[in-house]
Amino acid sequence: MTRFFLPVFGVTALMFAGAPFVIADAPYESTMLLVQKIFYFHVPAWFVMFTAIFISGIWSARYLFKGDRNADRVAFAAAEIAVVFGLMGLVTGPLWGRKAWGVWWQWDARLTMALLLEAIFIGYLLVRKYGGPGSEKLSAAMAIFGMLNVPFVYISVNIWRTIHPKTSVVPTLGPGMFGAFWFSVIAFMLLFALLMHLRVRLEQQRAALDDLYLAEEP
Amino acid sequence: MTMLKKLSVLFLTVLLTGAPLLASQPPGGAATDGFVPLDSLPPQEQLPAAPLLVTAYAFVWVLLMAYIWSIASRLRKVEAEMATLQRRTPGAAGR
Repeated sequence: MTRFFLPVFGVTALMFAGAPFVIADAPYESTMLLVQKIFYFHVPAWFVMFTAIFISGIWSARYLFKGDRNADRVAFAAAEIAVVFGLMGLVTGPLWGRKAWGVWWQWDARLTMALLLEAIFIGYLLVRKYGGPGSEKLSAAMAIFGMLNVPFVYISVNIWRTIHPKTSVVPTLGPGMFGAFWFSVIAFMLLFALLMHLRVRLEQQRAALDDLYLAEEP
Repeated sequence: MTMLKKLSVLFLTVLLTGAPLLASQPPGGAATDGFVPLDSLPPQEQLPAAPLLVTAYAFVWVLLMAYIWSIASRLRKVEAEMATLQRRTPGAAGR
């Protein structure tokens, strides 16, 4: 466990404990009122998912082209975290949409692409679990493919007609909302760093266990 | 230009610009009558925001706690297995 883990854990725990108060204190959005506060954890969850996907994609490329086994472990850890935070975004979004749009789900460009991105990384985990020998390379290719989809998911709201709010929402937030939003983003990013640390450690321990089994064989 | 010509030009101008203006008016009647103020909706149609917000917030917490528990549980299992293996084959620990 690195010496940064406990201080980062303390700061993250404090931020998550304070987050409900910061979010409650943020001003109401004029048209959506209370339900808009879902935004303060819906959007940071996507930020974490996109970051995790980029890490998974870049480290997968490193594994594929340089054969670095440790890079594969980092990529696997990041892919699992991407699925968890993607699920968070996919569940909190419709809860907001039900009130804002009157429907739980709409098959428009942004929502459909986000669902497909989540499906790609669920596929990644399934390939890792059930793919047998060589599944690491196949899943690494999937992670790179998934990473290339992220920019399209992000800008989809600006290119296609969609009911989802555009990317211009975050830069134009009012002062009270801006602070609360970035507070949530930092808390989520710190949590992501902690989860990555633990998840990579799990993969390293699994690798060490495999080495022990190999050493035991006559 | 005589007064008659001036009046003719004015009449034609009004006629030509007025037709598109009339055509671009929003349709009245049934289409606009369909909108009802939110407050006048029956109670079962007025969707409260608080349960949706609480559900979203609770889901985030439950998912995070479950995931952290899952990582900790897998880590404990692997470390216990490693400890067992190291006890069984002391020479392997140093490799």
